[in-house]
Amino acid sequence: MNSLNFLKSNKQNFYYFLYLGLFLFSISIIDVAINAFLKINITSFLPGILGIFLPLILGFVGLNFIRTEYSGIKSLDIINKNINTNNFNAILTLLIIFAIIKATPPSLSWMIFDANISGDTKEACTGTGACWTYVKVWFRRFMYGMYPNDLHWRINLAFILVIALGFFGFFLKDNLKKYLALYYVIIYPIIAFLVIYYLISGGAFGLVWVETGAWGGLSLTFIVSFFCLIFCFPLGMVLALGRRSNLPMIRYISIGYIEFWRGVPLITVLFMSSVMFPMFLPEDFFMDKLVRVIIAITLFEGAYCAEVIRGGLQALPRGQYDAAKSLGMGYWKMHIFVILPQALKLVIPGICNTFLALVKDTPLIFVVGLAELAGMLALAKTNPKWLGFAMEGYIFAAIIFWIICYAMSKYSYNLEAKYKTER
Amino acid sequence: MSEPIIKIENVNKWFGDFQVLKDINLDVSAKQKIVVCGPSGSGKSTLIRCINRLEEHQKGTIIVDGTELSENTKNIEQVRAEVGMVFQQFNLFPHLSILDNCTLAPIWVKKMPKKDAQELAMKQLEQVQIADQANKFPGQLSGGQQQRSAIARALCMQPKIMLFDEPTSALDPEMIKEVLDAMVNLAKGGMTMIVVTHEMGFAKEVADEVIFMDEGMIVEKAETKEFFANPKSDRTKLFLSQIL
Repeated sequence: MNSLNFLKSNKQNFYYFLYLGLFLFSISIIDVAINAFLKINITSFLPGILGIFLPLILGFVGLNFIRTEYSGIKSLDIINKNINTNNFNAILTLLIIFAIIKATPPSLSWMIFDANISGDTKEACTGTGACWTYVKVWFRRFMYGMYPNDLHWRINLAFILVIALGFFGFFLKDNLKKYLALYYVIIYPIIAFLVIYYLISGGAFGLVWVETGAWGGLSLTFIVSFFCLIFCFPLGMVLALGRRSNLPMIRYISIGYIEFWRGVPLITVLFMSSVMFPMFLPEDFFMDKLVRVIIAITLFEGAYCAEVIRGGLQALPRGQYDAAKSLGMGYWKMHIFVILPQALKLVIPGICNTFLALVKDTPLIFVVGLAELAGMLALAKTNPKWLGFAMEGYIFAAIIFWIICYAMSKYSYNLEAKYKTER
Repeated sequence: MSEPIIKIENVNKWFGDFQVLKDINLDVSAKQKIVVCGPSGSGKSTLIRCINRLEEHQKGTIIVDGTELSENTKNIEQVRAEVGMVFQQFNLFPHLSILDNCTLAPIWVKKMPKKDAQELAMKQLEQVQIADQANKFPGQLSGGQQQRSAIARALCMQPKIMLFDEPTSALDPEMIKEVLDAMVNLAKGGMTMIVVTHEMGFAKEVADEVIFMDEGMIVEKAETKEFFANPKSDRTKLFLSQIL
């Protein structure tokens, strides 16, 4: 009776079903692919509706044939377990594969085959695809904002110096390693600030003064993110400790601070920093807009950092505190050597989350007239000579932001793996 | 008898409305070994945690080696540096190796040079026969090894008094012996010890005095032989009949 069982494979005819199933499945994929890429419809001889559904039916039957429990073939088992568990999943899988195949040719031709990159005016873009010429022409603006073209080396040099100083900590000798935290928390930010201030801003050492309003583009994204990241982390740490303090005064101030800053939208904070804040200052006191914005974002994100770090502090068992205290450690020694190293390790994913959000929040500084990468795009797309290329610009910005954020999250995974300990 | 090294007078403690310690009076002289036993919830852990002020007492006085425990943070830290403590859950620092666990407090609290601290730590680890594991992390050791490391860590502060809070309760039966052996060795070395434990064999072997606590009070306090041979109160008799 075995031979009559056409619809389900068994041990004897397993390979017939496997090959037949794979054949039908490939036919369905090939049909859709030819249709999408070469615009040839090989099923046109079939009556209307059947021609449309044929690949789906063939693929479905094919997947049904290869669905076998514990076939003994590893890759087949993986496929069956993940995308082919039942009929419904099989159809969803097919539809998704078809959608990807269908979407590939138009997006590829828009992005690459029909796109233009030569020339340096709008008229060079004759194809039907993307106009990368636009991105090419505006590239320096997207990177450096309104900063004078012949002074771009100053920004580059400043960034190289700051990055080099950041790596400096890795090469410290072992006996100096204990000052590492001090270096990164206090000395490094100060040096970085001075480097960026004197090189990019200028006004001393024979360098021409460039006001911060002219800064912009990706370099401004980096500057704002960089300072906000390194300042909001220690601030968050202090607030998190403060919120768990035994002293009511410190605790209530911390709670009040955190709840205040978490309760207001960032965009209003930025508005306040640039519009309201100067009103409260004495007239002869001047604080740069960029500095005000950095302080505002730092104060804002510090509250979020604090709550993430507090989560880590609370996750530690009480015994760790007891043990540290019983060895005679005071509050600070206990936290520096025992509590914080463990708590911070626990909150790496959460902190990374906050930092990614911070980087992606930087475009909001556009509301106070500072144009970082996304801001420059908004300016460029309204330029009368280059109307109608917003899409290219935003795709370009999306790719850049994605690279930055992906690099950050990769780094956080590395840190997690590096500091992993067994409990 | 010389001047007691720990003097506990009329100590009372409440958790909210619940009174955990009721009028505790206890003197411990140097080199004395005291075992505290009693049913769970009787306040024995709380009592020894009060001695290095991991818990605060609300009434009465506790004087450790001439220093009174009060709100004064400096006094507290001074007492804690002289009183070592071993916990039920070991409480080693999981992010540090065994050696670093042992050297952390001597280096940062006692300002001992790193090299001396490491030598001392290795000596103490050898005492508890665990020197070969010095560079491993706590998570890589068995429960018994972890508890012995914890004893070594406490000893690295060169304390005058050692407090043990049910040191063997979280261990597999096989590992209890190795920890008890380490404690017996320590007792023979002349350390002042207060041990909360249910290991009556250990009590018989090393204790000078046994204290039985129930409902926050010291019900019975007697020389070890006396305690086991003819306990006075009915509550103690009941407890001993169940535990022995």
